[in-house]
Amino acid sequence: MAQFTLPANSVIKKGKAVNKVEAAKNVKKFMIYRWNPETEENPRLDTYEVDLDNCGPMVLDALIKIKDEIDSTLTFRRSCREGICGSCSMNIDGTNTLACTKPIEDIKGAVKVYPLPHTDVVKDLVPDLTHFFAQYAAIEPWLQTQTPPPPDREMLQSKQDWALLNGLYECILCACCSTSCPSYWWNGDRFLGPAILLQAYRWIADSRDEMTGERLDNLEDPFRLYRCHTIMNCTNTCPKQLNPAKAIVEIKKMLVQRR
Amino acid sequence: MIMTHKRPLSPHLQIYQPQLTSMMSILHRATGVFLSVGILVLAYWLIAAADGTETYQQAQSLLGSWLGLLLLFGWSFSLFYHLCNGIRHLFWDAGLGMDIKTAYATGKVVWVATIILTALAWVLAFSLKGGG
Repeated sequence: MAQFTLPANSVIKKGKAVNKVEAAKNVKKFMIYRWNPETEENPRLDTYEVDLDNCGPMVLDALIKIKDEIDSTLTFRRSCREGICGSCSMNIDGTNTLACTKPIEDIKGAVKVYPLPHTDVVKDLVPDLTHFFAQYAAIEPWLQTQTPPPPDREMLQSKQDWALLNGLYECILCACCSTSCPSYWWNGDRFLGPAILLQAYRWIADSRDEMTGERLDNLEDPFRLYRCHTIMNCTNTCPKQLNPAKAIVEIKKMLVQRR
Repeated sequence: MIMTHKRPLSPHLQIYQPQLTSMMSILHRATGVFLSVGILVLAYWLIAAADGTETYQQAQSLLGSWLGLLLLFGWSFSLFYHLCNGIRHLFWDAGLGMDIKTAYATGKVVWVATIILTALAWVLAFSLKGGG
């Protein structure tokens, strides 16, 4: 049975106002989830003030500024700062997205920043994605064939067949969609979740892959696939504007059609 | 080695912004559960009708009380919502209307259709109401 409330050690306490910015016109409040594994304290929501006239436009710019100038203990993942690595995925202003592509000016009032929802927190904004990537490994995300490739050239694919992979191969595995999905919150131990199912469909849809039947066999399961109830939080929140919900429907359709 | 404490679970329902799509999804389930209870009431009403005048009169006055009418209104709303949204789900299962724009548009259509059908049902019910 799903637990809708937070366990006692996870309830968020009121944090402290860390700094004040004086003599600036364009001040924005950032309320950030903090948890330190070296203390016994519960998580808390600390408030930082940032002068936007001296800050880059994205939420990640503000987080980096806070870490550089105000509080070096603030911990988060980031790398490419241009929406391609998927490291800085977090819950900003109520939905999951990449901090590096989320403009601060899109957010009214204080900017609330939490780790990806319903994940084990390693520290501050860093979630434990071990299980997520184990599920990714479980769908065997590589091209599998039985016929040997031609000796003199690559395995070719028509432009039409390649076009079928549009909207699938762009996924950066940031986990925004999976951790936005209530079904994944309640059944994430067995339900693969939107990101991994979109990846599964990426290989099913590939004209060069010859393990389609086995891939579908592995998904035909009340939990792995069918915990998806088309809630659409995944597609709503994807920072790359992909459509995991549609990919899942396509898998369900193929399972019906092959009967 | 530094001692680390048991990892907390990050907040989920508590902080996630409700979406039209997610709220309609949970309402679909809630109305489904509520309708399952309604089946029992429908069965009670039919059995009462088969049992004879006295039992039927009792059932009628029970369902005709303000609480009965309120529940019947809830069931009629649930029926039409579940029906309309169920049709939306059938289109989705066929792979149609899965983009966000269409899903929001059809979501609004479901609301309008539910309100019209529920209102129509009650207008008809009261205009066709027999004496006594």
